[in-house]
Amino acid sequence: MTTAFLDRLARLGRFFWSGWVGLAGISLFFAVWQYGHEAYGDFILPSPIATLIATWHLLHSADTWRLVAATSERAFQGFILTALIGGLVGLAVGYSFAAMRLARPLLTIILGVPPIAWIVLAMIWFGSGRGTVLTTILVAAFPLVFANVAEAVATRDRSLEDMARAFGAGPMQRIWTIVMRQVAGHYFPSLAIALGTSFKVAVMAELLANIEGIGLALAMSRANLDVAQSIAWVVLIVAAIIIVEYGLVHPVRAEFERWREAARPWGIKR
Amino acid sequence: MTSLRLDRITQAYFGRTVLNAVSLVVSAGEIVALVGPSGCGKSTLVHIAVGLIEPQQGQSVRDYTRHAMIFQEHRLLPWATAGENIAYPLRLAGVSRAERSLRAAAAASSVSLNERDLGKYPIELSGGMRQRTAIARALVIEPDFVYFDEPFTALDVALKRQMQDIVVSAAQQSRFAGLFVTHDLSEAIRVADRIVVLDERVRGIAGERTVPLKRHARSDEEIFDLMQRYLKNDSLFAHLHDINERQIA
Repeated sequence: MTTAFLDRLARLGRFFWSGWVGLAGISLFFAVWQYGHEAYGDFILPSPIATLIATWHLLHSADTWRLVAATSERAFQGFILTALIGGLVGLAVGYSFAAMRLARPLLTIILGVPPIAWIVLAMIWFGSGRGTVLTTILVAAFPLVFANVAEAVATRDRSLEDMARAFGAGPMQRIWTIVMRQVAGHYFPSLAIALGTSFKVAVMAELLANIEGIGLALAMSRANLDVAQSIAWVVLIVAAIIIVEYGLVHPVRAEFERWREAARPWGIKR
Repeated sequence: MTSLRLDRITQAYFGRTVLNAVSLVVSAGEIVALVGPSGCGKSTLVHIAVGLIEPQQGQSVRDYTRHAMIFQEHRLLPWATAGENIAYPLRLAGVSRAERSLRAAAAASSVSLNERDLGKYPIELSGGMRQRTAIARALVIEPDFVYFDEPFTALDVALKRQMQDIVVSAAQQSRFAGLFVTHDLSEAIRVADRIVVLDERVRGIAGERTVPLKRHARSDEEIFDLMQRYLKNDSLFAHLHDINERQIA
């Protein structure tokens, strides 16, 4: 019990320590940004400091929080929907070779239609509201999750299932203890990407369909030619994605991937 | 008392009959080695016996309480620690977590795995340790029948010896019966009570020999002498090392 706790603590410590690298990367990004600002001037690219100040001001208005909450809620709902449907359909299709072969051209068609066209269609079907945003997120993020899960099921290590059967595991026990664990290794990385897609697509759908949220706010600040505020909204979006990704997706994924961590040689953990 | 009875098992792959009406009986507490050249259907027969493959004809009558299996590859779950891997069959059987770890630790010590190894993932263990873990996973459910599907083929000579000794002493302690597939005659002589030879040309059992040595006190010299005698003077073993891979494919 204590060792398990200490082990977890050590992993958490390593995770935070790896933050220095992230900080270095972000600093580099800000440096390039500052250079661009100095080269092109305030109007084209406001300085990072000016943007952060604009963000700070945004954060102090109750309106901002309402908009961020509205967009995040839609993005999150779309994400959950994608995760559930993509996971379940992927699982079902992965088990059937015929369904897998049928699904491939369908995926190509879905991926071939530009997301903007989906937004137009969704606006016609659902009007300017939640339905449009959720549909667009689902269409944009579903193929990735679905394809990853289906591929994971289809290429799973069947010898482990034979082992489980030799030890008396029934079909449900095999799915639960063997297949799901193998699928999880492909499912969670795809979820991390789907989450980012959900937020980005939510903002895009809001902007194009005039739905109250960060997207609309972005459209407004563009109309006012307020570049600093536009970028500030982008900063908020990125912050929201980072919070959800590191607060939710990564911890769950790390729990499933402990054995991979053990496989890494000393010195290059993370 | 019969532990396992294979009744006229017939199996073909893509029109090529591998096993033709093969019958075999294993008594309680008896370890039978199945030997034969590659492609003669040894593994297929064991997979049918354990129930992983449905035979085209015939049946496998399993008259024991619980079986376990040790495979050629270790087949450990890569995401679970050695301890969790050993406890896996208990988890399938619905044994409580506390009892699981107790019994896994006991099984681990019977194959000389220590407590520190139990916390490691398979990828951190050496080949020998992985196979020890696989043996412990088989022993943890206290089986009265164990299937061995060429379990030690991939190990080096010294490790192989150690593993064979573990099997022999475990069999002595828990008195399980077993079906041991191997293509190594000296291994068969070391662990088995009876050696059954499978042959590709007869698509089944060519014959069998009872090992005329006391099970738990077989010296290297006795094993070597017997092997020489079998290979040189016994026509049953004449084709043991014939390999024609083209025919297999």
